[in-house]
Amino acid sequence: MTSDLLRVRDLKVSFATDGGTAQVLDHVNLTIGRGQIVGLVGESGCGKTTLARSILGVLPKNSARLEAGTIEFDGVDLLRVDPNRLAATVRGRRISFIPQDPFSSFNPVFTIGAQIMDLMKWKSPELDDADAGRSGWLPRLHGSRRYKADRERVLDLLRQVQLPDPEGVLKKYPHEVSGGQRQRLMIAMALLPEPKLIIADEPTTALDVTIQAQILKLLRDLATDHGISVLFTTHDLGTAWEICDSITVMYAGQEMEAASSEGFFKRPSHPYTNRLLKSLPSRGGSLSGIPGSIPALVDPPTGCRFNPRCEFATDICRQTRPEVTSAGPGHDVRCYHPVAEEKRHALA
Amino acid sequence: METLSFVFRKLVEDRVALIGAVIILLLILTAVFAPILATHPEDVFEFHPSERLQGPGADHFFGTDRMGSDIYSRILFGARITISIAVIAIGASVLIGVPIGLLAGYYHSWVSDALMRVSDIFLAVPQIVLAIAIAQTLGPSIENVILALSVTYWPFWARLVYAETRSVQKEVFIEASIALGASPFRVMVLHILPNIMSSIIVRTTIGMGGTILTAAALGFLGLGAPAPSPEWGRMISESREFLPDAWWYATAPGIAIFLVVMGFNLLGDGLRDILDPRIRRSSRHDK
Amino acid sequence: MKLLVLILNRLFWFVPTVLGLIVITFTISHIIPADPVAFVAGDNATAEQIEELRRQLGLDQPMHIQLWRYIVAVLEGDFGVSLYTLRPISEDLASRLPATLELTFVSVFVSALIGIPLGVVSALKRNSLLDHVLRIITVSGLAIASFWLAILFQLLFAMELGWTPLQGRVAGWGPDVITGFFLIDSLIMGDLETFWDVVSHMILPVMTLAFPALATIVRFTRAGVLEAINSNYVMYEEAMGMPRRVIVWKYVLRNALIGTVTQIGLIFGILIAGAVVVEAVFDWPGLGSYAVQSILQSDYNAIMGFTVVSGVIFIVVNLTVDVVHGFIDPRESR
Repeated sequence: MTSDLLRVRDLKVSFATDGGTAQVLDHVNLTIGRGQIVGLVGESGCGKTTLARSILGVLPKNSARLEAGTIEFDGVDLLRVDPNRLAATVRGRRISFIPQDPFSSFNPVFTIGAQIMDLMKWKSPELDDADAGRSGWLPRLHGSRRYKADRERVLDLLRQVQLPDPEGVLKKYPHEVSGGQRQRLMIAMALLPEPKLIIADEPTTALDVTIQAQILKLLRDLATDHGISVLFTTHDLGTAWEICDSITVMYAGQEMEAASSEGFFKRPSHPYTNRLLKSLPSRGGSLSGIPGSIPALVDPPTGCRFNPRCEFATDICRQTRPEVTSAGPGHDVRCYHPVAEEKRHALA
Repeated sequence: METLSFVFRKLVEDRVALIGAVIILLLILTAVFAPILATHPEDVFEFHPSERLQGPGADHFFGTDRMGSDIYSRILFGARITISIAVIAIGASVLIGVPIGLLAGYYHSWVSDALMRVSDIFLAVPQIVLAIAIAQTLGPSIENVILALSVTYWPFWARLVYAETRSVQKEVFIEASIALGASPFRVMVLHILPNIMSSIIVRTTIGMGGTILTAAALGFLGLGAPAPSPEWGRMISESREFLPDAWWYATAPGIAIFLVVMGFNLLGDGLRDILDPRIRRSSRHDK
Repeated sequence: MKLLVLILNRLFWFVPTVLGLIVITFTISHIIPADPVAFVAGDNATAEQIEELRRQLGLDQPMHIQLWRYIVAVLEGDFGVSLYTLRPISEDLASRLPATLELTFVSVFVSALIGIPLGVVSALKRNSLLDHVLRIITVSGLAIASFWLAILFQLLFAMELGWTPLQGRVAGWGPDVITGFFLIDSLIMGDLETFWDVVSHMILPVMTLAFPALATIVRFTRAGVLEAINSNYVMYEEAMGMPRRVIVWKYVLRNALIGTVTQIGLIFGILIAGAVVVEAVFDWPGLGSYAVQSILQSDYNAIMGFTVVSGVIFIVVNLTVDVVHGFIDPRESR
């Protein structure tokens, strides 16, 4: 029961937009086991980034509203923790983050070294929670000895992410290093606090295709070495299959199916995931090969949100959202009409 | 037409810009109907020494000046001077600056560089300093103030149009029409100009406010219309020797200048939000 | 390297821009139909006396010779003599320059000191009451005629309340001129009484000048902070749990200030322009009141000198701002 590192249950988040309230997350579940790499797969706009940001606690303050649900991390519901405490002791310490766009996620006017050392100052694994939460400009008085140790640790990390000339990189400004190197730096910064969970929000989409594979392999290897769980969002099923232990598929703000990578690819049960897999070879894993379009989240379909595009949809699909049902060990699906074995082959 | 009604609808929605538009409309109405609205229309040029320096009251809403003339009536007629200076001077600046900017932006030659350098030199001096120098040498009159302002303000439009032309020029549809053999004149007037029009309109609206302030400052320094003219800046300057007793003397013309400049600034800001797609996008970026 | 190219480029254009400024100023003042010599010589002068004076002033030469002579003279720091007092204009300008610089520097300092924090707070508390009040103030700051504001301040603080002196720079003779900056000179002399007297004389003109400058600074700081707050790097810093105060006052502010600093050139322009009329109202013995006085006396040599000098100051300020910007914005400098 408590062996899972993260359990998101019934999370409901809405956004105020010009056109009305958008139901971006509709009672979403997500589970991440310890040391597991979980792929959160879905088309852009399906809510995976919102889910990632909800876990981090950095939803846009003006427009987003957390309406219901729990985010249980290491046995504690993060939504019940004081925001300041969350920032000081969880974010950047137990949960760290790799952003989608390494180009704009570095502060352009500080050197890379200054930014990493600042992070070290506040998020060093050697700090205990009381120190990290202290107000004031410095979390703890420390002399040049501590600075030197911090610097050594940073340089060690930069070597682990295989950055050439780590000393030189620290003196540079973000715009002076390549995109691939910046993402390596982001990975190093995510590892720096020795977190339990890294949330990587489409960490390679902004990069050149040739570098994407290297970065993903690096992330996977380092996470495995350090025993860190990773939540990895992507719109690319192929990528997810390559590096993830298990996969959760989202569609229009609802999670459709969650299974181990192997189970997912061998026995896809949800009509939507079947269609996805079918489009995989021809489309290179993009999810656009399905007739119809993603529903508007301001006025979403009731029941299962995939029903307008689903060939198996019946009246109940249009009325009530299906509960989670088991399609095998560690394999959950939310569908009244899970795809049976023989149909699966026909579709594939 | 469609864009015009779009702009209009947006203006009504943006209450601040609407206030600006209303102020400007009132200014224009005031100027047009000054003879009717004025309680003492003859006071623009007539003096009543027996009534000099009276405070505000039923007969003289804003009091009287050193000549015994009704300040309220003079303010109304002053609106005519303000409007004509601003409209003619800015109109001339646009007529000089826009063609220069278009030509310099369209043709890439040393002449373009030279033209832009000249406008840079004009921009290198604070506008009021140049305007003072010109207005002073020409002598105090409304015409000379207008001339001085036109000569100092055209580079703003030249610079703006130059930069916008250079960036629009790279667009595919411009290159296409050149490839199809459209004459340079045709490309500039029919293709480039409509695309940079909104920037010109925004700059012109905001420029009005600045020009009115500079014109009032010239009047204050005695470089504007000569003595009996009801120019607002001059009225403030006249009031100084009667302070602090005649506190009302400078109050009305000062508020008049403030309101008009405010009107143009508010409208200009509003128009920029509506017309400038770059800023529109970033203001949407509210997340 | 990039920074060096930038500086060299700016320095390269400095000379032609100043030359162009002199040519334009000269052209403007020589297209006048009126004869300044007759004005200076007075009504009783004979035709011979006028001719003599014309020769003395070099006004009998062809236009291009006059222009050439003027350029050479200006580059040597000689603006000719005042047609009114016959004193060398360069001496007049030099003795008055510190007064204007002191006034504008203090105004820039005051407006930045107040404007930057207000801009940050206004952006952080967007759409709060404070933000709306500040917006009204900034919009007003750019719409108020400075000479009118100056008169209002005089009326209220000097005449009615009697808190500050009405006009002037100092009571009595002022401190011995060392730098020409009275605040500094009085401190060097250790004369605190004079120092506070100078301060009290500065309050109203600085308030008048700083108001529109403050409005500009608040506007740009607010816009810069808003842009930075909505950026991906702030989102990243928040996601990594960096303390709010560090994000705002270190990461965001540094980015926003780069935009604000580049506006200081513009602000200086507003201040120099404002100084002309504000100095006239407060009888501040600087370049601005000198210009106004020269205008009233139709002393066009002096006006040309003033125009060239204020133009050069303006160009130098903009050049400095470009270079400073190059230094503080790492994206520019390498």
